Amino acid sequence: MTFDVAGTRRQFPILSEIIDGRPVHYLDNGASAQVPVAVIDAVRKYETTGRANVLRGVHRLAERATEAYENARADVATFLGVKPMEIVFTGGCTAAINLVAYSYGQLMKAGDRILLSELEHHSNIVPWQMLRQRSGIEIDMIPVTLDGRIDLSLLPKLVTPKTKLISLAHISNVTGALVDVKAVVEAAKAGGAKVMLDGAQRAPHGPLDLPALGVDFYVFAGHKAYGPNGVGVLWAKPELLNAMPPFMGGGSMIGRVTFAETTWAPAPRRFEAGTPPIGPAIGLGAACNWMRGLDWTAAHDHEMGLVQRLMDGLQKIDGTQILGPASLQNRYPVVSFMLEGVHPHDVAQTLDSFGVAVRAGHHCAQPLMDRFDLDGTTRVSIAPYNDNTDIDALLTGVRHAAKTLR
Amino acid sequence: MSDELYQEKIVALAKAKTGAGKLATPTRTARRDNPLCGDRVIIEVTLDGQGKITEIAHQVRGCLLCQASASALSSLAIGKDAGGVAEIRHDAERALGREQGAPHEPYAAFAPVAAHKSRQDCVLLPLEALKDALS
Repeated sequence: MTFDVAGTRRQFPILSEIIDGRPVHYLDNGASAQVPVAVIDAVRKYETTGRANVLRGVHRLAERATEAYENARADVATFLGVKPMEIVFTGGCTAAINLVAYSYGQLMKAGDRILLSELEHHSNIVPWQMLRQRSGIEIDMIPVTLDGRIDLSLLPKLVTPKTKLISLAHISNVTGALVDVKAVVEAAKAGGAKVMLDGAQRAPHGPLDLPALGVDFYVFAGHKAYGPNGVGVLWAKPELLNAMPPFMGGGSMIGRVTFAETTWAPAPRRFEAGTPPIGPAIGLGAACNWMRGLDWTAAHDHEMGLVQRLMDGLQKIDGTQILGPASLQNRYPVVSFMLEGVHPHDVAQTLDSFGVAVRAGHHCAQPLMDRFDLDGTTRVSIAPYNDNTDIDALLTGVRHAAKTLR
Repeated sequence: MSDELYQEKIVALAKAKTGAGKLATPTRTARRDNPLCGDRVIIEVTLDGQGKITEIAHQVRGCLLCQASASALSSLAIGKDAGGVAEIRHDAERALGREQGAPHEPYAAFAPVAAHKSRQDCVLLPLEALKDALS
């Protein structure tokens, strides 16, 4: 079935913007995706017809707000194939990982080990280093193969009886490589470790079935998944959530407070201290529903067709090299490349003058850049609303940079 | 198409690579990183008894603007002390529209960067590194 890219584009008002006489070719979706009308409408409805705090008031606006907020939790849960009470709204994906590192980390002791990979985003490295400083855990690292994949052949050596958690990017935000979750979960179970996936780059590409994946924790960001800024999601198995101590203290997360002692609310409220990001969460619920309404088989084929067009075009430009899998198998539409003799920021700046938005630099993955001795890459990250004109404009810009800047 | 930023003079400065490389026996060395974009500059200098620069070299792992700025700086730095380098910094700031007045060559070439605030640190990074080396 052919994907209706024109119809999809029409749902994103920003894609019809003209800036300095040029249309928007938005290929920076891995940093932040754009929002469809359905999300804008959901947030506007909350702000204009139901704005109030949640879980506190008895008035009708508070009832509306609470209902919309809890409906959003249910919508996110449906998107992930799990139960609503297993969903914790956080301030973002980074906040969700920090929550796990702090809270689940409190259940670890000195000498326990955490296994990460060389391609992780800094948000899945630094919180664990902070935990290491606090509690003396150890961090192990799975190296990356030449084609930008986590080298899972090393798992049997790296998963030890002391390994308590394996935390990996579901899809690399640099190379687009999809991790073999089944292999990770099998290795973890054999050693008694838990598995967390950073789904920041996977969630924007369609619904998930987390129980089938067999992982223990999953996190993603709202703004990369066609939702508002300021909201993210932590999902964890309920027995884990209920064993974890709170991350932040405050209103809403308590059972009973006295000056002598405070008891905690059950999950997920235990982890939602203070007023949560109500409007953004409602918007994210709408974004999850919007994604569920798409034909993802067709959408994925469309996205990967654009990846092929991009790779074919880049290959024809002298001095380009792709960092990541060359095949379309087990990869998603995040493509990093280098242009010999031209710094990635200069490529990106030139592309901007062609109306093309991409990301350039280390992509918050400096250990991966060190692995390949790179200053950075230029990254193209594709969403279902991208089309051939976006890829062609980008290729024109890269050819221009190659001609003028080296 | 708008290519205002990468005008011929900036590209020429970067390609000139004035001062690119290492010194055999530097008196002072400083390294500066821009954590946002990953640009990295190492500046080496030798100084005379009055603290004036007699030799300068730079290693840049960064964008064209950073390379061009390191090249411009190297072309001006010989014979300057910390005060003289501060004067060069003012010239760069004028080119970037952050200080009043007309900039002199070669930093006048960076005037197009005034409209690109996110890239101004790329121009200033070599100056920051040299300031560190002299302090």
